[in-house]
Amino acid sequence: PEEDEDLSDSEDSVYSGLEDSGSDSEEDEEDGFFNVPGDVFHAVLNHYSGFCWVFLPTRLPRFFSKDMLMCPFLVLQDIRNTVGNIPMEWYRDFPHIGYDLDGKKIYKPIRNKDELDDFLDKMENPDYWRTVHDNQTGSVIVLSDEQVELVNRLQRGQFGDINFNEYQPSVEYFSSDVMIHPVTNRPEDKRSFIPSLVEKEKVSKLVHAIKMGWIKPRRVEDNSRGTFYDLWASEDSSILSKHRMHLPAPKIPLPGHNESYNPPPEYLFTDEERALWEQQDPSDRKLPYVPMKFSSLRQVPAFPRFIHERFERCLDLYLCPRQRKMRVNVNPEDLIPKLPKPKDLQPFPTVQSLVYRGHSSLIRSISVSPSGQWLASGSDDGTVRIWEVCSSRCMKTIQVGGAVKTVTWNPNPAVCLLAVALNSVVLILSPALADRQVVSSSERLLLGDQEAEAAEDTGAVWSEAEGEELNQGIRLKVHHPKAVHQVVWHAKGDYLASVMPDNSSHLQVLIHQLSRRRSQNPFRRNKGLVQCVSFHPVRPYFFVATQRSVRIYNLVKQEMTKKLQANSKWISSMAFYPVCGSVSLTVLIVLITCHLICRHHKKAVRGVAYHRVYPLFASASDDGSVIVCHGTVYNDLLQNPLIVPVKVLRGHVMTHDLGVLDVTFHPTQPWVFSSGADNTIRLFT
Amino acid sequence: MGGLQKKKFERGSATNYITRNKARKKLQLSLPDFRRLCILKGIYPHEPKHKKKVNKGSTAQRTFYMLKDIRFLMHEPIVGKFRDYKVFVRKLKKAYGKTEWSAVERLRENKPTYKLDHIIKERYPAFIDALRDIDDALCMCFLFSTFARTGKCHVQTIQLCRRLTVEWMNFVIASRGLRKVFLSIKGIYYQAEVMGQLITWLVPYQFAHDHPTDVDYRVMATFTELYTTLLGFVNFRLYHSLNLLYPPKLDGKAMSELKEEDEDDYAMNSECYLEKLSALSASLSRVVSATEEEDAELDQFPVEGEDTEKMEAREREQKQQEAQKKLFEGLKFYLNREVPRESLAFVIRCFGGEVSWDKSVCIGSKYEVTDETITHHIVDRPNVDKQYINRYYIQPQWVYDCVNAKIRLPVEDYFLGVTLPPHLSPFVEEKEGDYVPPEKLKIMALQRGEKPANEQEEDEEEEEDDDEDDEEEEEEEEDDGGNDEEEETEEQNLKTMQEQSSQGKSLQVKVTPGKVTVENKARLEQEEKAEEKRLAIMMMKRKEKYLFDKIMFGKKRKIREANKLAAKRKAHDDAEKSKKKKARK
Repeated sequence: PEEDEDLSDSEDSVYSGLEDSGSDSEEDEEDGFFNVPGDVFHAVLNHYSGFCWVFLPTRLPRFFSKDMLMCPFLVLQDIRNTVGNIPMEWYRDFPHIGYDLDGKKIYKPIRNKDELDDFLDKMENPDYWRTVHDNQTGSVIVLSDEQVELVNRLQRGQFGDINFNEYQPSVEYFSSDVMIHPVTNRPEDKRSFIPSLVEKEKVSKLVHAIKMGWIKPRRVEDNSRGTFYDLWASEDSSILSKHRMHLPAPKIPLPGHNESYNPPPEYLFTDEERALWEQQDPSDRKLPYVPMKFSSLRQVPAFPRFIHERFERCLDLYLCPRQRKMRVNVNPEDLIPKLPKPKDLQPFPTVQSLVYRGHSSLIRSISVSPSGQWLASGSDDGTVRIWEVCSSRCMKTIQVGGAVKTVTWNPNPAVCLLAVALNSVVLILSPALADRQVVSSSERLLLGDQEAEAAEDTGAVWSEAEGEELNQGIRLKVHHPKAVHQVVWHAKGDYLASVMPDNSSHLQVLIHQLSRRRSQNPFRRNKGLVQCVSFHPVRPYFFVATQRSVRIYNLVKQEMTKKLQANSKWISSMAFYPVCGSVSLTVLIVLITCHLICRHHKKAVRGVAYHRVYPLFASASDDGSVIVCHGTVYNDLLQNPLIVPVKVLRGHVMTHDLGVLDVTFHPTQPWVFSSGADNTIRLFT
Repeated sequence: MGGLQKKKFERGSATNYITRNKARKKLQLSLPDFRRLCILKGIYPHEPKHKKKVNKGSTAQRTFYMLKDIRFLMHEPIVGKFRDYKVFVRKLKKAYGKTEWSAVERLRENKPTYKLDHIIKERYPAFIDALRDIDDALCMCFLFSTFARTGKCHVQTIQLCRRLTVEWMNFVIASRGLRKVFLSIKGIYYQAEVMGQLITWLVPYQFAHDHPTDVDYRVMATFTELYTTLLGFVNFRLYHSLNLLYPPKLDGKAMSELKEEDEDDYAMNSECYLEKLSALSASLSRVVSATEEEDAELDQFPVEGEDTEKMEAREREQKQQEAQKKLFEGLKFYLNREVPRESLAFVIRCFGGEVSWDKSVCIGSKYEVTDETITHHIVDRPNVDKQYINRYYIQPQWVYDCVNAKIRLPVEDYFLGVTLPPHLSPFVEEKEGDYVPPEKLKIMALQRGEKPANEQEEDEEEEEDDDEDDEEEEEEEEDDGGNDEEEETEEQNLKTMQEQSSQGKSLQVKVTPGKVTVENKARLEQEEKAEEKRLAIMMMKRKEKYLFDKIMFGKKRKIREANKLAAKRKAHDDAEKSKKKKARK
């Protein structure tokens, strides 16, 4: 009963869903039919206005059952439209939709169903879901259960026939079994039983190739690559010497603390260091990585340049030339030469003991009297002062009226005279600071015979001082044509040489004889800018220093004896080692001092001086220091003189980038005087 | 007169060298082949003394090889193999082009291969030579064994590298040769002593590599080819020197133990063996059944007085080394899963400890976490949920630091969640005047057997010590510098004065006349000496002066660097202290 109810009661139909889905394939009054062309099954349905082709998805089997085609109701309702397979809308405006077999019109159903009817039908008719509208005939067909089943089967992709077995055993026509009878009756070809020529050719080619060794037999699988044995079982040294000197590659440097994952804090970069590291070119960096700190091992990431570094090592191994570099492993202490201790070389000046103040400008020159009692100094303030050495008292101040370039004391102890060079004048002073005999002898020398006029070519004019100047002690004036830089006495005290450096003329050096008031120019030709000149203390030699060389002239023979080249840039002063007799040695030492001095001082050397008695020499420089050296000259001339710097004396203050300007030794004591740009003279004892 | 005019560049150094291109032409090899040959044979370019002469008057940049080297290469049988290979490639290409697959197959079967055994023997005529040069081989193999099996090189190479490195590690364990370990940011450095040679290698951390594009993997592969062969032969020899079986076999007992475990959980049967071996947990089986360790004692030779001291020192060193070898003996370690298992297992086993891990981490674990006899549990996380009472929970750095210090360090500094003490490089040997980090001093004190006092006091003391040390250092500097130039000493004097005044200490000048004179005397003497030296330096020859200046410059720079580090440390410590104080307040 329930089933009945279900069937009858269309509103709660279980098929309602199905009906919904099929609702767009509406059917009205027209009758439908299944068109079965070949093996594709179409259901052609008619709408109001057009066609809707429903393709059933599967390919129908050939075996279409007879009873299926001969559906019972198709047979019963013998209505056949003869218009054929045409769009039925062509008949839209006609009352009929085609012609039957007899040629009579098939009329459309009288009343068209409207939406409402359709809806009612859908709601009430339990067979609505299986009702199909046939466009051809305009009638409505209700599908039977079998037909519905068939449609379902086809939709599922099965065969239409229920009874058809798709897996029936197949008949093997071509099997491995040899049949008793031949398939064909044709006699066999000749070529099927004589050997093939083509094959023969191929085989013979292969055979030839094998014979010739072109084709190799299949190689036995060689597994020996990964197997190892005792390679060094017989170590023979014969191979060792076989090949070249092999340099093993240096090992990779071992890591330091800063490469640790958890280094001590001082190895980490500060911000500045980091910034610097980032700025630098990778090749300039001291470390190729930034030290990092991780609080635990778990947090350490992979090193991004690991493969790079390994690769670079590989490149180094095969691309870099190798060289054995001998590392000098020298203890720096060993390099310092072993010199006698300065203590053993005493006496030499060590302490600054006196300062002579009084000048108001820098002191260019100082000179000690041969007795060692007086010190004369000439300054830029236009005065020459004479000091007592022991008390540092200024005994005399002589206004000379111009910056004093040089002051020199006559080396002859029998006279007491002073030569002063300023501007273009050389003054001869008699300070009258000795006992009467000496003073009178010096006066006598000055008086001399005022013999001849000076030779014309020298241009030097002698004149006597008068009045005020005479009172001050100035006795003679020698006017030069040019500015005089230096004035030097001969050891006997009668001659003196003056220097007027001028590159353009040959009139650079003048030699004056005091007793005869005569001047002469010893050189005919200009040999460079003369820096300073000097007489040899004992022998008749005259030294002229130009910028880079020293010329030695023999005064007796009137010829040049030697020319010496200095390796310093500028020769500024000369001094002699007085003990020694031989000229060459003397000069040797002079040059050595120059050389040494250049190295020791940081700035230009202003003056050098030798002690008359002690083997000491001193050098003054613009860096404000005086270096005292002890020089030992061996009798064996092959041995280099041993020079030991014994003291660096400091005391002068740097003013206007000038330090010490002149330096002299006391004639008898191991004392050294130095005059500086700071308007003082200092005595070191 | 007479005779032919001598031509330039036909004798002398010009004929001893050959440019790379000419060498290549002489050998009839392409550039990659030439490169390979050079790598395999260990030929490197030479820098001639007179480049212009060798370069026939031109100053162009060229690479020169020794002509002798190139002649030596000409007789190498591998050159023939290279040519064969070229022919093979050509034939193969042709066969492909004609789609003759059978020919392709046949050609492939006959692909020419070569062996490097003779080259190894030639390059390293004695075993010890090979051992000396094994550093790079190890580094390379360890790197290649961590590569993924994709693309960059043959899978077989990777497998071979892995096998060889595992064998090497097993050997080091068996010989107990490991000496130093260092965790750097690049990877882990190991140093082992094998047959008297110190061998250092670097293992990257276990991460996938980000393969750079600007690296030529062919060069690396060629090197690896050589290195695997070398390492294989070296391994063989080393195993036999210890009476171990060469393709290494695990000990029978260990093997059976391992078998009990469910093998099928892990690798395939073929890989299982290597996996077990690489677990590093089992000992290896010997050819001769293991006898007691015969301690080869140093024979006493009658020697003269001076040498006895040396002998004693050597003996002491030997003893220390023996002690180090037994560093972890009797300890049972358990590795948590986040620590680097292979490295730790290797290190611990090298020093006689027992080690295990979770079953799921790797094959070959010996005991469970629950084992009551475990003494040390290595963890690398802030804390652990379930802690057992009778074991220490420590961070992995403890193991490495112990190895480097050669003693078991106090575990307190390495507990979980504690800020670790810095990890120092064991490869740095500080000479006099170098900067020594205070942690190193501490460890050295521990090595000498001094017990650290209570934390707090010790801290204070240390600080004071440090201060004193600093002062001493500064004074030393003064000496060094003072010998050279007075200005610098003055500067430093000024500096020290300033520092002292800034530290609030009174200046060292005292008023009492007696003391002042005493100080002055010493000072004077010093000054005198300094002056003497300065004067002597003046008299140096120019050449020596140059060298001397250079050496002194280097020394000064070193001192400057050390001072900088010390200053940095001091600043850091001060900052820490002030922080602490603030925290206390």
